[in-house]
Amino acid sequence: MSAMDAAGPPLLPPEFQRWFESRGWQARAHQLDLLEVARNRRSALLIAPTGAGKTLAGFLPSLTDLAATPRAKPGAAGSRRGVHTLYISPLKALAVDIARNLEAPVEGIGLDIRIETRTGDTPSHKRQRQKKIPPDILLTTPEQIALLLSDAQGREMLTGVKTVILDELHALVTSKRGDLLALGLAALRRLSPQLRTIGLSATVAEPDDLRAYLVEQTGDEPDREARNLADLVTVSGGAAPDITILDTDERLPWSGHSARHAVPDIYEIIRKHRTSLVFVNTRSQAEALFQALWHVNDENLPIALHHGSLDVGQRRKVEAAMAAGALRAIVCTSSLDLGIDWGDVDLVVNVGAPKGASRLAQRIGRSNHRMDEPSRAILVPANRFEVMECQAALAASRAGEQDTPPLRTGALDVLAQHILGVACAGPFLPDALFDEIRTAEPYRHLTRRDFDRTVAFVATGGYALRTYERYARLKDDGDGRLRLAHPSFAQQYRLNVGTIVEAPMLKVRLVRSKAEGRRTPVGRGGRMLGEIEEWFVDQLIPGDTFLFAGEILRFEAIRENEVYVSRARAQAPKVPSYQGGKFPLSTYLAASVRAMLADPASWSRLPGQVRDWLELQRLHSALPRADGLLVETFPRANKHYLVCYPFDGRLAHQTLGMLLTRRLERLGARPLGFVANDYALAVWGMSDLGAMIAEGRLSLDGLFDEDMLGDDLDAWLAESSLMKRTFRTCAVIAGLIERRHPGKEKSGRQVTVSADLIYDVLRRHEPDHILLEATWQDAAQGLLDISRLGELLRRIQGRIAHTALDRVSPLAVPVMLEIGKEPVFGAAQEALLGEAADDLVREAMG
Amino acid sequence: MSPFTAQQPVRRFAPVCHDISLAGELVGLHDSGALWWPDEDTLVVSDLHFEKGSSYARRGVMLPPYDTAATLEKLAGVIDAFDPSRVIALGDSFHDTNGSDRLPATYRAMLTTLQLGREWIWITGNHDPVAPVSLCGETMEEVRLAGLVFRHEPEEDAAPGEVCGHLHPAARIRRYGRSVRRPCFATDGQRMVLPAFGVLTGGLNVLDEAWSGLFPPRGFSVFMLGEGRLYPFTASRLVAD
Repeated sequence: MSAMDAAGPPLLPPEFQRWFESRGWQARAHQLDLLEVARNRRSALLIAPTGAGKTLAGFLPSLTDLAATPRAKPGAAGSRRGVHTLYISPLKALAVDIARNLEAPVEGIGLDIRIETRTGDTPSHKRQRQKKIPPDILLTTPEQIALLLSDAQGREMLTGVKTVILDELHALVTSKRGDLLALGLAALRRLSPQLRTIGLSATVAEPDDLRAYLVEQTGDEPDREARNLADLVTVSGGAAPDITILDTDERLPWSGHSARHAVPDIYEIIRKHRTSLVFVNTRSQAEALFQALWHVNDENLPIALHHGSLDVGQRRKVEAAMAAGALRAIVCTSSLDLGIDWGDVDLVVNVGAPKGASRLAQRIGRSNHRMDEPSRAILVPANRFEVMECQAALAASRAGEQDTPPLRTGALDVLAQHILGVACAGPFLPDALFDEIRTAEPYRHLTRRDFDRTVAFVATGGYALRTYERYARLKDDGDGRLRLAHPSFAQQYRLNVGTIVEAPMLKVRLVRSKAEGRRTPVGRGGRMLGEIEEWFVDQLIPGDTFLFAGEILRFEAIRENEVYVSRARAQAPKVPSYQGGKFPLSTYLAASVRAMLADPASWSRLPGQVRDWLELQRLHSALPRADGLLVETFPRANKHYLVCYPFDGRLAHQTLGMLLTRRLERLGARPLGFVANDYALAVWGMSDLGAMIAEGRLSLDGLFDEDMLGDDLDAWLAESSLMKRTFRTCAVIAGLIERRHPGKEKSGRQVTVSADLIYDVLRRHEPDHILLEATWQDAAQGLLDISRLGELLRRIQGRIAHTALDRVSPLAVPVMLEIGKEPVFGAAQEALLGEAADDLVREAMG
Repeated sequence: MSPFTAQQPVRRFAPVCHDISLAGELVGLHDSGALWWPDEDTLVVSDLHFEKGSSYARRGVMLPPYDTAATLEKLAGVIDAFDPSRVIALGDSFHDTNGSDRLPATYRAMLTTLQLGREWIWITGNHDPVAPVSLCGETMEEVRLAGLVFRHEPEEDAAPGEVCGHLHPAARIRRYGRSVRRPCFATDGQRMVLPAFGVLTGGLNVLDEAWSGLFPPRGFSVFMLGEGRLYPFTASRLVAD
């Protein structure tokens, strides 16, 4: 479709045309395309790289329509009332940013349009006013849409909305927030049948998924091809990015992610550019790299740190300094992945493996916000495997390949939350609600049985034992409609809305040290540095040092929900890291790395050190085949090791490790433990696994058989702490347990009901309860990556190659170096308690 | 598909205790959280919190309705193992005042069966300050037997030999950078605080401020509940939450 074909008046009204001209611009093709889509009353997905004027394109149809419609005068027909356009973004900050950016065209063209934001930070008097006098354009988040829909006044405000613009749609749809928003959109379409949607997205692997997400689906059409789709507008071209891999003379590390060897090189690169964004994958890596850069920062270049755990005030300061051009570099995590405009970044440095081709493309897009000039990026692999991963990502980028994750199946815990929200707004007919929900793409396959079970869960907890009927939260009003039994449940809903369940966090406050000889109590009133996960603090004892907020800190004490820390004089922290934000290797990149390894002809692109390493592997052992699995066995220090190389990401490998050890246990191989990284898995034990295989006492095909996903998985999951953590998230989202609200946590821990206890009771007494089912689905998609493990087991069936070695192989070194860094789970807890208690006995007897 | 298909077997208890001396009396601590007093043929359990699930459900928080059944099952297991002639429930036996009234008939029957042929004492607690409705057993604020006194909440300056509950003691230990938290018995040899026996009951770390004044600072021990055994630690080995 093109603007040329349009009949009728020009797509761009004269006053808009004049404004574009006054700025020396002309409307771009995709901006006109979206105007035409709007004229045809269709919905659309716009896929464009950063810097293409995506946001303005999304808003143009609304701005022109509003310009043509006069503001409401009492009694005037065809005039405006209510919200015309909703803009929904995953980030509060983005909504605020967009509001500012829209000021220029609105004022420049002289439009009489009111634009307002509504986020969690909006004061309640303003929210009230918005319901009475709605703005023309409302910029908001998915949670606010859910809240507005849960209230009769809010629904009235949203009735008649003409356009919904969904920004960063590629990021939204891969999470439970995307499920919540999809349900919200389905409800909005019922309120405003003429509603159109415009999705704005970075390049994705499956545009059709997003196109289907944007429009109403018609029930359980089994064929993906037959889904209803929004129109597609793409902005082709833009200059190809200029990406290189850092070539270093330093020795490449075998394992680890710190890239310490490359710090002087990275500093040199920063020195040669105006402003650099330095991306890393985890917060701990950000802290470590920031420290290392300042150690070599002889010129005192302004280098800053930005990640999600830092205090919001601190982050805003860094962002402001960046926008003002006052910084030469920011070391950051994915907290800077999404769309806010950072001004004049001329280089992106990606330290560590990119983990996904699309992720890399989006990060690179942060540099040089003009689409006609090439973005510049340098990849810095932190170890030898990452060299190959970077190489694969580079090839993918040149070929324009994408590996964004597929669309989700709508989660049942989110559905439960939505149903309660609907009831808060007023009585509903289950039949009608079921039909409405199935128009949302993530829920188009929802069965009536699951819907009814979810409704029953919302009403009475959905237990087979129907003891709670008399306390039901939803009651039949006699006409077959369900209504909220008491207004207090609406209050409960409002406190609980949203799908982001944070790990319990503690605030980190800087105080004076107790260790400095003064016998004064730890003082209050120090500066707030940010927040840190409770489980990390659990591991610390007073005096331990760790990296946080760019400093080495000493743990002093916990007071209520604050962690007191002081500045430490130590050169290196004692407790190395805390995790947070690790991404698994994408399937696409994993396949590329496997192919690269299997094909020595392709090694010419790799640095000499890596080539030598792979040559040695070929000489001493074997190379993993692209479609098979290499299994090596070897003895080392009185133990026997089995190492395999699936390249399917740490999560899938961890699950595989759990299952393999269970099987080996049963086979009498006496396994002792395992360790996994993104590329490989090592299992070790007391028995000679190599001999067992050679003598036919252990069949590798049997060991890696897909049936391990049956009983073994069930048995292991039952005790898995990962499963308990997942259950807690689902229970909070579904409203079974209340969210922890800041400041309320400590009101008597013995009174609150812990999710772990509920999990144990449910598992024992109602194993097919809908919340356990939701937990299972969640874990399969997320933490355990069971779907990917299943693909792996199918891929390697009948293609397992065993090599018995007398010592560790070159390829096995990286994963072997990870041994001892892994935490203990489940049954190991008992052993740990027993050992600690026995220590005491020895102490007492000695 | 859900993986939770295999029913777990009901846990059987062995009448094996960790024996300690409390104010001169020999008592046994059991890994179920019960206290066994052989000289008086008496079993003591604390903070059963029956009908906690339905108590929450009344406010719209639909906890699983299996807590009473699970707690009763556990209690039956311990009573089977020891066959005591006297049982003392140390208070907060019901989660709220109406709890005993809501007790479903099946469980009422099961509880009554458990009570047959033994003396049963309900100590009142802050959650259940009145006698349970239509259930056997005597209701008292506290009871003295030989050298021990049984009450729900610990009293300041109590004489040696106080056995109480109320606080739901839990302890945390740390090793190899990992920590494990469990319910526990807490004692200084003069006073004994029992862990909560009910299945949906959380715990309060014994290093929490709420415990100050009960024991000499760091001068007490805990016995953490494990699978088939107890894990003893002195307070100095414990870490706070």
